[in-house]
Amino acid sequence: MSRETILELQNLSVEFRTRKSRQPFLAVDDVSFQLMRGETFGLVGESGSGKTTIGRTIVRINEATHGQVYFKGRRINGVIPAALDSEVTRRIQMIFQDPMASLNERAKVDYIVSEGLYNTRAYNDEAERQGKVEAALRAVGLLPEFASRFPHEFSGGQRQRIGVARALIMEPEIIIADEPISALDVSIRAQILNLLAALQQDKGLTYIFIAHDLSVVRFITDRVAVLSKGKIVELAETEELFSYPLHPYTQTLLSAVPLPNPVVQRKRRPLIYDPSQHDYTVDKPRWAEVRPGHFLWGSEPELDTWVAMG
Amino acid sequence: MAETLLSVRNVVIKFSLRGRVLTAIREASLDVQEGQTLAIVGESGSGKSVLTKSFVGMLDANGWVDSGSIMFEGEDLATFKSAKQWSRIRGKKIAMVFQDPMTALNPLRTVGKQIEETVTLHQQLTGHSAKQRTLELLADVGIDNPGDRYYQYPHEFSGGMRQRVVIAIAMSCQPRLLICDEPTTALDVTIQAQILELIRRLQEQHKLTVIYITHDLGVVAQVADKVAVMYAGDIIECGLADEVFYNAQHPYTWALLSSLPQLGVKGQRLFSIQGTPPNLFNAVTGDAFAPRNPSALKVDYILRPPVFNISPTHYAKTWLLDPRAPQIEPPPVIRNLHQFAGGQARA
Repeated sequence: MSRETILELQNLSVEFRTRKSRQPFLAVDDVSFQLMRGETFGLVGESGSGKTTIGRTIVRINEATHGQVYFKGRRINGVIPAALDSEVTRRIQMIFQDPMASLNERAKVDYIVSEGLYNTRAYNDEAERQGKVEAALRAVGLLPEFASRFPHEFSGGQRQRIGVARALIMEPEIIIADEPISALDVSIRAQILNLLAALQQDKGLTYIFIAHDLSVVRFITDRVAVLSKGKIVELAETEELFSYPLHPYTQTLLSAVPLPNPVVQRKRRPLIYDPSQHDYTVDKPRWAEVRPGHFLWGSEPELDTWVAMG
Repeated sequence: MAETLLSVRNVVIKFSLRGRVLTAIREASLDVQEGQTLAIVGESGSGKSVLTKSFVGMLDANGWVDSGSIMFEGEDLATFKSAKQWSRIRGKKIAMVFQDPMTALNPLRTVGKQIEETVTLHQQLTGHSAKQRTLELLADVGIDNPGDRYYQYPHEFSGGMRQRVVIAIAMSCQPRLLICDEPTTALDVTIQAQILELIRRLQEQHKLTVIYITHDLGVVAQVADKVAVMYAGDIIECGLADEVFYNAQHPYTWALLSSLPQLGVKGQRLFSIQGTPPNLFNAVTGDAFAPRNPSALKVDYILRPPVFNISPTHYAKTWLLDPRAPQIEPPPVIRNLHQFAGGQARA
């Protein structure tokens, strides 16, 4: 894997304000990481941990309250030139969770897949556009004839392929896949995972894979960041994280995932995570590299105990 | 061996849709022993929800049990017609927990009132004693401060807490059989673990029999004593959890297990099942899975496989178990799982 940094988040925070409460809600709290070209980076955490908000902030749907997002060295959050905005739209694409909800029911596949092209005027003539639609559909294993059909004529797996085609047609460099398989049937999940892996090899894509299902994350990602309440508490290469989970929250998350193996599963007991165990009044927490490439958020005494126990 | 609580024999369920008849369940048979936990697995459309809905008379108006029997406490539920007959069973003896707790609860009524409603209806408790029973139920499903929670609305509860409320309603009549239809699919993994633990505890306390409907084989491995694998409206393999996980016989069960990312090897393609399930508007000939099974035998396309018993508790409907069938090796993932059969588990 090349070590070129394609995307960098520096101390990113995202706040949401409601009209009622004066206290803003901190959805993403001082998150920093670097994304390397060609890797699959996993963001895991429970609902409300801020993983989707991070993805949405990268593609400029949500605004960053503090911190910066850099795409190939250029800042892409906040006010940026229109040309760069259009480039971000083209080069960073998203795949959504529920293919039943994310496709326009009234539009034909041809329009759904082309919509990004229309919006960014990324084609010269009609023939080129049709060619691109055909190529995108073929790339995800659908037939070009499907372009004239409506979404309701497709199964869940095929619909998710349309969602992938819609992202691919923009010739993106980064795809943010937000729970791309959790709404799919078991038998179809494998197809979509295989498709994503094949596309990554063919086109050198970089993925941010947002998921709560850790078993899938282990299978598909190269590095994983574990989020809790908007904060990255642990970040490491996937095998390292699964072999040596050090933060108590990561351990809890791992212990809660049932394994499809009765003998092993019956022996496991889920842990309970108690956030009040962290006393940061005296010893302030910091971001520390405790093993090569393995980062942890905690106070000095905590880091010592966790590393000693792990 | 414990008494058989529910015995399903050759049940056929049909639906009439726009003038055409769809056979959703094709001669499925199943036994559930008292106190046992059964998990029914299969992809969407395999009929797992339809089958269990027929145990509580909740099939949609255009569906009916065409033939077969569903024996429960000496009565054949398949012959039930009137709402009056069902009201003796549904909720009272057999209760159900659904996938999404938000849609199962009424957003406009307090949680306490919703539980109390079932208590009043089924147990003829009123006033103070009904409220007392409701508070007990709330405490029983692990909700702290039931006195305060009683007056709150569903939106004031988190997803996991809402599911606890739904379970409290289901438990209010002390049913003998609890059917949980994807009870944790809408929940986070850590909450899922808590809900599964809650159901297990209730099961022990109340000698409850539980049927889980789920597509998560991890959950199955955790909770199930017995597993039934459904495909195209039929139970194609059924056995104790260890038998189905470590000694699976049907190619569909193999395919299902092989496609799990948990058992996949990183960097390699996952096994994926090609094609789509058969259209149940048309008659299915032979083994319904044959068109998607790369190593299907000729006979699979012609004759429906009968039941082959592997052990007294384990059967599969596949021609591979016929003595005349060629030896077909299960895929590598299945062979890897085999090594757990002896109990020498690797962490």
